[in-house]
Amino acid sequence: MTTLIEADGVTKIFGQGDAATVALDDFSFAVDANAPSITAIAGESGSGKSTAARLLLGFERPTTGTVRYRGQDLRALNGRDRREFRREVQAIFQDPFGVYNPFYRVDHLLSTPIATFGLAKGKRESQALIETALATVGLNPADVLGRFPHQLSGGQRQRITIARALLLRPRLIIADEPVSMVDASLRATILESLLTLYRDFGISFVYITHDLTTAYQIAQTLIVLYRGSVAESGPVGTVVKQPQHPYTELLVRSIPSPDPDQPWQAEAALDDQPEAVALRGCRFAPRCPHAMPICRDDPPPRYASRGSAVACYLYRDNPVVANGDRSVGSAVAVD
Amino acid sequence: MTAPDTSSPTTTLNRPSFATTTGAAESLRVEDLHVHYRTRAGIVHAVDGVSFALAAGERLGLVGESGSGKSTIALALLRMIRPPGEIVSGRILLDDELDVTALAEAEMRAVRLARIALIPQGAMNSLNPVARVGRQIVDGMRAHGLNLPERERGRRVDALLGSVGLRPEVADRYPHELSGGMKQRVCIAMAIALKPSVIIADEPTSALDVVVQRQIMATLGKVQAELGAAVILIGHDMGLMAQFVDRLGVMYGGKLMETGPTRPLFKQPLHPYAQVLIASLPSLEGEAELVKIPGQPHSPLAPPSGCVFHPRCPRAFAPCPSVVPPLAEVEPGRRAACLLYEPVRAAAGLNGAEPAEEPGR
Repeated sequence: MTTLIEADGVTKIFGQGDAATVALDDFSFAVDANAPSITAIAGESGSGKSTAARLLLGFERPTTGTVRYRGQDLRALNGRDRREFRREVQAIFQDPFGVYNPFYRVDHLLSTPIATFGLAKGKRESQALIETALATVGLNPADVLGRFPHQLSGGQRQRITIARALLLRPRLIIADEPVSMVDASLRATILESLLTLYRDFGISFVYITHDLTTAYQIAQTLIVLYRGSVAESGPVGTVVKQPQHPYTELLVRSIPSPDPDQPWQAEAALDDQPEAVALRGCRFAPRCPHAMPICRDDPPPRYASRGSAVACYLYRDNPVVANGDRSVGSAVAVD
Repeated sequence: MTAPDTSSPTTTLNRPSFATTTGAAESLRVEDLHVHYRTRAGIVHAVDGVSFALAAGERLGLVGESGSGKSTIALALLRMIRPPGEIVSGRILLDDELDVTALAEAEMRAVRLARIALIPQGAMNSLNPVARVGRQIVDGMRAHGLNLPERERGRRVDALLGSVGLRPEVADRYPHELSGGMKQRVCIAMAIALKPSVIIADEPTSALDVVVQRQIMATLGKVQAELGAAVILIGHDMGLMAQFVDRLGVMYGGKLMETGPTRPLFKQPLHPYAQVLIASLPSLEGEAELVKIPGQPHSPLAPPSGCVFHPRCPRAFAPCPSVVPPLAEVEPGRRAACLLYEPVRAAAGLNGAEPAEEPGR
């Protein structure tokens, strides 16, 4: 496979000494350049999911490990490759209100990337590109062009960021909580725009979220992070419906079902200590109902189980997934 | 309503039956409430003729998207609307007798916290960062008229912390020493300090992780049961509503679209907005599919004529763009503001305008 982007054993530590925080610990992940995919990285606040996104985008440098774009270390890219990276890998963020300059009309926002990357030969071609991109995400160009950001709804704004990303014909879009600030009635519309880009344009997605239900709706592969470590990764249906890591299980059970007949089963045990994080061993051990002595000593390797990779000693009779082995823990077996 | 089991938070979450407003004593009654915000661009009808009642000990949910008016209702109930906002008309009756809208500000201060308490949105971030938790709880009680003797105070704080599942030592901590969930539980302790009969919780878990959310809701359910207080839960998370409230009001564009007991409302919603909203909910059950709701929310400055939902409604028919549907009883205990239903058409004085299709769901 040709790898578009790859995180290889990436660790990110913020701060130093006693104040050091391991935001992401030995994280490996890859996106194929030719077979489009949607991978969700899910976790609660402090799980490292946004740090993972920022590392993949080159906004942060790994403390150890490497992020590679088409085989080259992101830090070592020359000007031309860096520019190509900036076109091929796009980002969409949570807050569609915060990313716009309020003094510019939507038109400016959409024509700037066209000019920067020389995507059109003239005004008319540029306009045509913009209108096509807007229509692709379900917006009527007449409704949004000529307007200022504050005149648009949150849902419209978020779809404009998607259209803007589409203009550059990227191979990958890293979407960090793209629907968490969007109202329920518009959420499905936004997610569908993402799926359209994936299906019709072959664009891959890394979908960063705290919400397992939307991950289930659009992703094939789900990576669950807990305090910087990957707890479990695998085909989204397996991870969500038959969670194997005790943390994933807790997470799934904690989601209140919109069906009043489905009881809310999660533990009601209260945390009365501000932080319960293991300094060594499994990060989840202090909260884990199945914790064993070994869990507190060494971080668990990833064990292969039912097509998923599970970092938990409960599965220690299963084979260990080697670092860099991508045949386990993702929806599509690739080699 | 069944006698709530206060022994553990788990058992108070999913209650088998729901309270009805008929016969039971009412903790709160809201009648035709109108709240306006006067902006330079025009008047925003943030709450536009909302009426509902809350039985003693009941859990009522108010669910809606941003701009639906749900948080404005919370502020109005406590008379905390600030200019350019204003309660224009309507009555808010506490315990069948006290009209909150008619009180002077000084009288209102005695009512807040003592009879009706608010856990505001983002409450945990509004704790004073330089005061210990225990002192903040005592200050809250004092500001609302409860002056306890020194020795009594510590005991009261310990008891309050205990009732939200926090150890007495937490009283000596500063907010930054606590987790988000612990801070939110401190806020619940403050809200119940004077034993109110109505607790309003505005998105009490919106900034918290899903695991902690479960714990907070369990805590809220437990203290509510112990006090026998009624709760209004305001939010946008339908899952949370399905799991926590007895009765639900679905808001859109400053109005109640539908009210009724939780289970039938989720199983067979009456109003087309409630229908598409519930159909669009993501779930981990079954197949992963996306169900879209058509259209865009309207500008609060320019609400559509007639029914505010009609431009997005898949089932709108002839009278919808011109006739404002009143909220009327369609089935016993269930109300909807939709002209698909004969009782609503009758209440609107609309005769003969039959919908082309039956209001099947």
